[in-house]
Amino acid sequence: MAFDWQGLVVQGLNGLASASSLFLVASGLTVIFGVSRIVNFAHGSLYMLGAYLAWTLTAHGPFAELGGFWGFWGAILSAALTVAALGALVEMLVLRRLYQAPELFQLLATFALVLIVQDVALLLWGPDDKFGPRAPLLRGATEIFGARFPLYELFLIAVGPVVLGLLWLLLHRSRFGILLRAATHDREMVAALGVDQKRLFTGVFALGAGLAGLGGALQIPREAVTLHMDMAVIVEAFVVVVIGGLGSLGGAALAALIIGELHAFGILVFPRITLVLVFLVMAVVLVLRPQGLLGRGAATAPVAAPAPPLPGPMPGPLRWAAIAAAVALVGVAPFLGDYPLILLADFSVLVLFAASLHLIMGPGGMASFGHAAYFGAGAYAAALLFKHLAAPMEVGLIAAPFAAGLVGLLFGWFCVRLSGVYAAMLTLAFAQIAWSISFQWVEVTGGDNGILGVWPSGWARGRLVFFYLSLALSAAGVLLLRRIIRAPFGLALRAQRDSPLRAEAIGLDGFLLRWIAFAVSAALAGLAGALFAYGKGSVFPSFLGIPRSVDALLMVLLGGVQTLTGPIVGAIAYAGLQEQLARLTDCWRLVLGVVILALVLFFPRGLAGAFRRRDA
Amino acid sequence: MLAVDGLQAHYGRAHILHGVSLDVAAGEVACLLGRNGAGKSTTMKAIMRLLPPTGGSVRFEGRDLDGLAPHAVARIGLGYVPEERRIFPDLTVEENLEVGRRPPRPGQAPWTAERLYALFPSLGAMKKRPGGRMSGGEQQMLAIARTLMGNPRLLLLDEPSEGLAPVVVDRLAEALLGLKAEGLAILLSEQNPGFAASIADRAYLLETGQIRHHGPMAAVMADAGLRARYLSV
Repeated sequence: MAFDWQGLVVQGLNGLASASSLFLVASGLTVIFGVSRIVNFAHGSLYMLGAYLAWTLTAHGPFAELGGFWGFWGAILSAALTVAALGALVEMLVLRRLYQAPELFQLLATFALVLIVQDVALLLWGPDDKFGPRAPLLRGATEIFGARFPLYELFLIAVGPVVLGLLWLLLHRSRFGILLRAATHDREMVAALGVDQKRLFTGVFALGAGLAGLGGALQIPREAVTLHMDMAVIVEAFVVVVIGGLGSLGGAALAALIIGELHAFGILVFPRITLVLVFLVMAVVLVLRPQGLLGRGAATAPVAAPAPPLPGPMPGPLRWAAIAAAVALVGVAPFLGDYPLILLADFSVLVLFAASLHLIMGPGGMASFGHAAYFGAGAYAAALLFKHLAAPMEVGLIAAPFAAGLVGLLFGWFCVRLSGVYAAMLTLAFAQIAWSISFQWVEVTGGDNGILGVWPSGWARGRLVFFYLSLALSAAGVLLLRRIIRAPFGLALRAQRDSPLRAEAIGLDGFLLRWIAFAVSAALAGLAGALFAYGKGSVFPSFLGIPRSVDALLMVLLGGVQTLTGPIVGAIAYAGLQEQLARLTDCWRLVLGVVILALVLFFPRGLAGAFRRRDA
Repeated sequence: MLAVDGLQAHYGRAHILHGVSLDVAAGEVACLLGRNGAGKSTTMKAIMRLLPPTGGSVRFEGRDLDGLAPHAVARIGLGYVPEERRIFPDLTVEENLEVGRRPPRPGQAPWTAERLYALFPSLGAMKKRPGGRMSGGEQQMLAIARTLMGNPRLLLLDEPSEGLAPVVVDRLAEALLGLKAEGLAILLSEQNPGFAASIADRAYLLETGQIRHHGPMAAVMADAGLRARYLSV
């Protein structure tokens, strides 16, 4: 085969164009993080809104009537400005109340916004993909080394550096920019000098949102506007920001370039593992240089949250109510139909899943954005044993926690070295790698088609028996977790969370403690996954997907991370709410998002915390 | 001008200030003297409301500061120079000053970067240098200059001489005397009574979060017993 120079050049240019778009989104994310320390999950939603608004403005209203060059660009810029205004509004109404809250609550709030925007977009624009007009004057293609290359892509390549330059000027030549850079380093000192942080934060959100909106609006001539744009772009933007270093604009530019080119050339070299490749690069960067390529580490150490008190016993009445409810459930179960029993079995599984995540998030003090990896590992272990060795359910249920635990040992060895947002991102990266394997290694996993026919053994096939089995195993798992948390191991784990230095000084090995906790948590998530697989009779890559990881995160945060009761209440509340809402209304995401926002704003200690006395 | 009455403050559950009361008159330099951990920095932070007080009151020019955010306290004319200086390391000298800039106050000649370079000539020679690449003395000058850019009516100066070479301390004292001569009121905190004596009019002796003694600076300096009890280590 002759060496294809043309192909390489075109791929390189394609890479530059996508790097440019990626940079627009990532730069907004990183600027917002730098000042507010908020990781804005809703950034992808702002990007999507930018695209939809641009589509609407080019199709209807004054800009559509104007048409031509000014009509098109007027629409694109207006869309970006509208999104900027929305960003400012979100900051003023929601995020402003959460700056003192733990990092994870801010994340929860921005995730609620993701849900809300998804349904609002569905309501306003409908489920069909939208195709925007092509850009005036940039419709054609040009010849580069004899290969045809679209003009609009060339234009996009130029947008990235131009925006980078403008941002640099803003940050270094304007008072607003200088205040932003100062606040990135020391917010309190900026306030002590008489600067009203509220206006600064509103400004930075407007700026970041505007960049995301512009990024989205600029996509309409080259790709369809869909309801999936938000998640697709946010994951990539996170990867870019983390590789570049949180808060570093230059880092975001460099990382966008790397990721853009990696996509472009990865397709040529390893067409099957492009998905893995991106996350592999992120994992390597985080392991070798945890603060990112151009990040400077945490300049201001995150203020230690006041240590939550030791989980005391549940308040008497609540404890008795819980036990009574459990007994009543077991007693009532035989009189229930199939559907409630399936639902209850699912709830038991989710409770175990959430409780397993709680071990690393609560006592462990780490965040996992990729807990679905271990849930899925357990599910796939059971399914693969069934598919290739015809192993019965009993074997699968025993093997699943071990398999997931091993995966946890492997991934955990990397993840528990990092802290905060970086650790969370690395867990996400590993989960995406696991997901890619299940999705792309079709010979073994069946790919998107999953593995079917993974049913329980004959004796457990009845819905009632299977519910009892799920309930028993989940209860056993939760009790084991409770035992672990209260054992010396759990105390040591909390000690290294609250004061790493002091814990180390008295001889505790923080790394080892976190690693073991990670593996135990993974093993129990694996058990939950295997139970789920037998309950459904099949496994799919979606078992390891980001939405499932987010489910687990939401369940734990909704319930409150301080106590083990939290994730249990959270799992039931979240799953129940989702189930009920999905039946009652088409807009369940919207309602769920609003409920989560209300909970975060009004019950910052979680649902279970709300029932406890404030001075507990 | 500044009237602090029965100020209480906690860090978490630790009770740090047990009813601190002090006054600073217009144009006066008052000094909080005490050992490490006596509560000098906490008093400053509680006045600025960076650490919201748990009791007592702070009035500035007759106005109760209760409920104000730190930036609002700064805007009504209290300028705070923290002990750690807290220079923005990535920002140049000019940019650090820009962060502190506030509109002029009526009846007061506004501070400008040029006037401050005249007061601290070493800063004028390094306008483009990032704050992170300055010596401790230069950072202290910059921290004071940055706060002055807000045209404060009263300066809260937390241990400015800490960790500085004697020759730098002398230059600092000279600059502060210049500010005093212009009528700026200053509340200074110090462990080093020698430095404080060169600029302060009155002294408050602080120990375990309480004012144990107060009087003219000269009288405190003359009383070896007082100094031994509250200052020597």
